[in-house]
Amino acid sequence: MSTERLSVRKTYKLFIGGGFPRSESGRSYVVNDAKGRFLANASQASRKDVRDAVVAARKAFGGWSSRTPYNRGQILYRVAEMLEGRRAQFVEELRAAGAAKTAASAEVDAAIDRWVWYAGWADKVGAVVGNGNPVAGPFFNLSTPEPTGVVGIVAPDGPLLGLVSVVAPAIVTGNTAVVVASEPAPLAAITLAEVLATSDLPGGVVNLLTGRRAELAPWLASHMDVNAIDLAGVSADAVADLEKAAADNLKRVLRPGLSDWSDEPGIDRMTAFLETKTVWHPVGV
Amino acid sequence: MPTGAELRGFLHGLPGVDQVGADERAARLGTRSIKTTAKARAIDLAISMLDLTTLEGADTAGKVRALCAKAVRPDPAQPDAPKVGAVCVYSDLVGVAVDALRGSGIGVASVATAFPAGRAPLEAKLADTRAAVAAGAAEIDMVIDRGAFLAGDYLKVHEEIVETKRACGDAHLKVILETGELRTYDNVRRASWLAMRAGADFIKTSTGKISPAATPPVTMIMLEAVRDFRDATGRTVGVKPAGGIRTTKDAIKYLVMVNEVAGPDWLTPDLFRIGASSLLNDLLMQRRKLATGVYSGPDHFTLD
Repeated sequence: MSTERLSVRKTYKLFIGGGFPRSESGRSYVVNDAKGRFLANASQASRKDVRDAVVAARKAFGGWSSRTPYNRGQILYRVAEMLEGRRAQFVEELRAAGAAKTAASAEVDAAIDRWVWYAGWADKVGAVVGNGNPVAGPFFNLSTPEPTGVVGIVAPDGPLLGLVSVVAPAIVTGNTAVVVASEPAPLAAITLAEVLATSDLPGGVVNLLTGRRAELAPWLASHMDVNAIDLAGVSADAVADLEKAAADNLKRVLRPGLSDWSDEPGIDRMTAFLETKTVWHPVGV
Repeated sequence: MPTGAELRGFLHGLPGVDQVGADERAARLGTRSIKTTAKARAIDLAISMLDLTTLEGADTAGKVRALCAKAVRPDPAQPDAPKVGAVCVYSDLVGVAVDALRGSGIGVASVATAFPAGRAPLEAKLADTRAAVAAGAAEIDMVIDRGAFLAGDYLKVHEEIVETKRACGDAHLKVILETGELRTYDNVRRASWLAMRAGADFIKTSTGKISPAATPPVTMIMLEAVRDFRDATGRTVGVKPAGGIRTTKDAIKYLVMVNEVAGPDWLTPDLFRIGASSLLNDLLMQRRKLATGVYSGPDHFTLD
């Protein structure tokens, strides 16, 4: 009898509604490392996986958006704690994808720090972009930011920092997200999904699909129950068509902009998916 | 009128239902793939078979009128969407629904006989029925006395259905078996035959007020019953599953079951109805998806 242990290989699946299903289509695609060597098979999501993910995100929206910002901040901070616990695994995955040891380590640090940074904004963004408006009458007039709804995100290729930098700002304010992960480097995204699944984040708040961007993005852009779309990972020549498809239900569209994710992000990515609600309150009796 | 002993002998002489087999067959019938043009036809058929229902304590005349407007024209953005089969309301709101649907060709169905529990004296149940018919209901959905049925007093259940049928006059009578309270598939088969023998024009699974409501195996057993009843007597009875059918996929599974178990003769709103409220929006969303090629969302349809 051999004492050599068989390796336990991980099957990379999708993350929809808090569960890890395979693609409805049964397809998968080969993910290679930077040198073209085989790394793993990842699920290749279909339009029906997009549909299911949007249903899950819509279902989660009511509960997630009505939590107190403080509670959302706590849960996001918990995600950061879990990320920290999986540091070594993320570093290993980034190295397998071709990053040098120090670069991989630095990217994971930056990603965790970015997540914590956004978690801190949960109960502050309302104070920064909301307002008490002076009006000529016996009223309080308050403008408060409200989450937009279900946000479709086409994630950029930065395997971890880029992904964190688009997902965290969308959900911290109460939106729920359907994320199409980086096409060439989806493995760290699925590992991130495992972190999200084990950190008190309600199922469906983040749904993560791997597969072909060109196949999935148009379904997300045209979906009438998606309220906003972030085109961060879309190539310049595909943006116009997606914007056109998104126009039918007046989606908010965030065009691809900066590409260096290590820059200080600012609050633009949060405010992009907020709507301002203004309410008049009569001044008390 | 049969005697109690004769009824009991007949109902207990019906062959028993193989529960595992029934569950298995119903599940298997749910695996058919209905796509593209067939799906489009199935959706329109399902809409035309819908008993659009509102049975809440909080129902208002305004809500019933809104529901009726939706029954006539389910999707204003797609005028070719068919109208629904009927609108189903409580008996005191029949008048409102009849006024709102005048000239549309859509009938009003009314629940009656102390719906949903059925716990009231027979006189009260009959008065409820007569009031609904007088207000213009074309169909009456009555509940059977499940207590009497489970206690083995089949004659009492039979007599109540006969009396209610008489009180209906020209109105169609649907008999609700409330299968969720009948416990066994054998009882579902017996209750189906009992109702059909007593003169039911339709047999209906549930009130929608208790869980489980309509399930595929129960509906399948009732479809078998109407098929066998026609073979035995020549009279054709309809089936109406109600409660818990919320998605297009579920509705299409039921249509497949009707075709495979009872036969294509039953694929008409005259003989098969689906009692539902939220199902209509899902059917309309799927319909728009087929027409426009993009996924639709609930924001684009009315709430009720």
